[in-house]
Amino acid sequence: MNLFKLISDLEQADPEFLDRINPRRKAFKYLGHAGQKVTAAAVPAILASFFNRAYGQSSTLPADVQKVLTLALQLEYLEFHFYNTALGIQGLIPSSETNGITTIRNDEAGHISALRGVLGTNAPSYLVSDFDYSGGGGTTQGPMANALVPNGAGNANGALFFAAGQAFSDVGQRAYKGGAPTLNTTGTKDILEAALNIHSVEARHNSHFRTVRRAIVANSLGSATAPAVSPFDAAPKSWISLIDNGGPTAPDNSKPASAVYGAGNPAGTYPADSNTSQAGVPLVSGTYSAAAVSEAFDEPLDPNTVQTIALNFTSIAGKAKGLFQQTF
Amino acid sequence: MSHNVSPGSQPHETGLDRPLYTPIKRRSFFMYAGATAGATALVLAGCKDDDNADPSRIDVGSGDAGILNYAYALEQLEAAFYAQVRTSAYYTASGTPAAIKQVFDDLALHEAIHRDFLRGALTANSITPLQDLKPDFSSIDFASLNGILSAARTFEDTGVAAYNGAGRYLSNNTFLALAGKIVSVEARHAALIRDMITYNSFVSSDVVNTFSPTLPANATTAYTGAGTPSLSPGNGNPVAGAERSRKPQDVLNSVNNFLASGSKLSASSFT
Repeated sequence: MNLFKLISDLEQADPEFLDRINPRRKAFKYLGHAGQKVTAAAVPAILASFFNRAYGQSSTLPADVQKVLTLALQLEYLEFHFYNTALGIQGLIPSSETNGITTIRNDEAGHISALRGVLGTNAPSYLVSDFDYSGGGGTTQGPMANALVPNGAGNANGALFFAAGQAFSDVGQRAYKGGAPTLNTTGTKDILEAALNIHSVEARHNSHFRTVRRAIVANSLGSATAPAVSPFDAAPKSWISLIDNGGPTAPDNSKPASAVYGAGNPAGTYPADSNTSQAGVPLVSGTYSAAAVSEAFDEPLDPNTVQTIALNFTSIAGKAKGLFQQTF
Repeated sequence: MSHNVSPGSQPHETGLDRPLYTPIKRRSFFMYAGATAGATALVLAGCKDDDNADPSRIDVGSGDAGILNYAYALEQLEAAFYAQVRTSAYYTASGTPAAIKQVFDDLALHEAIHRDFLRGALTANSITPLQDLKPDFSSIDFASLNGILSAARTFEDTGVAAYNGAGRYLSNNTFLALAGKIVSVEARHAALIRDMITYNSFVSSDVVNTFSPTLPANATTAYTGAGTPSLSPGNGNPVAGAERSRKPQDVLNSVNNFLASGSKLSASSFT
């Protein structure tokens, strides 16, 4: 670790950095003296405390950055409580998949930890009771009601649970993607990089959920090589092909995740995942089909559309807390 | 690890070196550091990994143009790799499962689309695209699935870490958004390849800063982020449960192992 280079970079990227650390600009006297005793192993911890002092208070964040991060935190709670609840329900998750879901749950907990560290002590927190995983928006009677019921209708081998996980992680993936430009300010480059690093983990999770769903259809749990089956709503590829025929089908034959793959607002900036033009350039050709082009790019989603989707999974209690109701 | 720092000895000086022999900027770190820290800086500077001074390497350039060309280089390499996979002894063998061939077909298409798109984007923005790079895949065993998957994992994981580490250098948010559209697809690839190698390794600790939460005892107590390790955001400093992003030169030091002499790259302006 090159501590001095890092501080030099920070000073260039953010002229107020030294003031953030210590308004009286004496912070580094401390390091100069302490340096005699500090071992290399301790440097990251010291740095972490410096960054917390620099950026760990939401009052220093631009308002739009804070809102993007708060939405991200709310989405992380949505995912965290879903997986954490599922892990506690006997017979819901096939044994071959328990380790994977535990890993995903722990990642989401880490994202909560990281986002709260940036947002500061005023960041909101949410209980599992703030969510309605049926997708009923507080009725508990939505189309995904069996996702947490072992062997409930449509949920053999946790098929509905994994379908919901796919939908949640794709909403998260699209929301982080949509929020990234807002985080790209001179003073918040570190926060941008953190968000990008979370964003790709959501995509990894999503890829895994899709792999599991293929295996469920092929009756080959624990294998990553089960075939995808067109039109990819039940046995998807590990990437989004067009709009995956609207995504998973619920027991009532509805497509509760269809909006997850649809366009946001404005559609020019937040197109549906079936989009085949990038930067104004159509990419379909004799060599590249529309499906292949759509698979090669994931599309961002705007915060209002993300909230509209997520409110379907918010309970009355959550709504009363303002969950997924920020004004963007 | 043993370069001596002296003025003019290296064509690509970094900001780190300058305070030692140029007028000290007002607000420079050294105004606030004691002699101990200054001495430490000399030691750290001596340890600096400074491979990018090699004149035989092609530099990707600076600013947004440099990052776009950096991405273009990575996509060229990935596209070339999967193209070779599709003509490999493993892929063309009669017993190779169709589902696995379908995966490699898709990956080859995605990476070729990324490559062609980036080349077009460079040209459309009046940026000279990097030359066609000549890969060196001699270290890869294309005859076995394990050999192919192992190399694919390296390319995909490296690609994700590279895009994540490069985002901060982009000032144009249109480019940042485009990079975001591509990187999550690379992450999907990486996760599948890893699951094909070892099931449930899609986010293992070599690529993600895995986190161990301390969970509340009951559902009426909010989880507020307790657990280890807790890290704050930074350049190349992954937060909890997040990808381990890598800086451009670090990535290229790995990628150069797969590029032929004359096609090896540097990214000297992104520090």
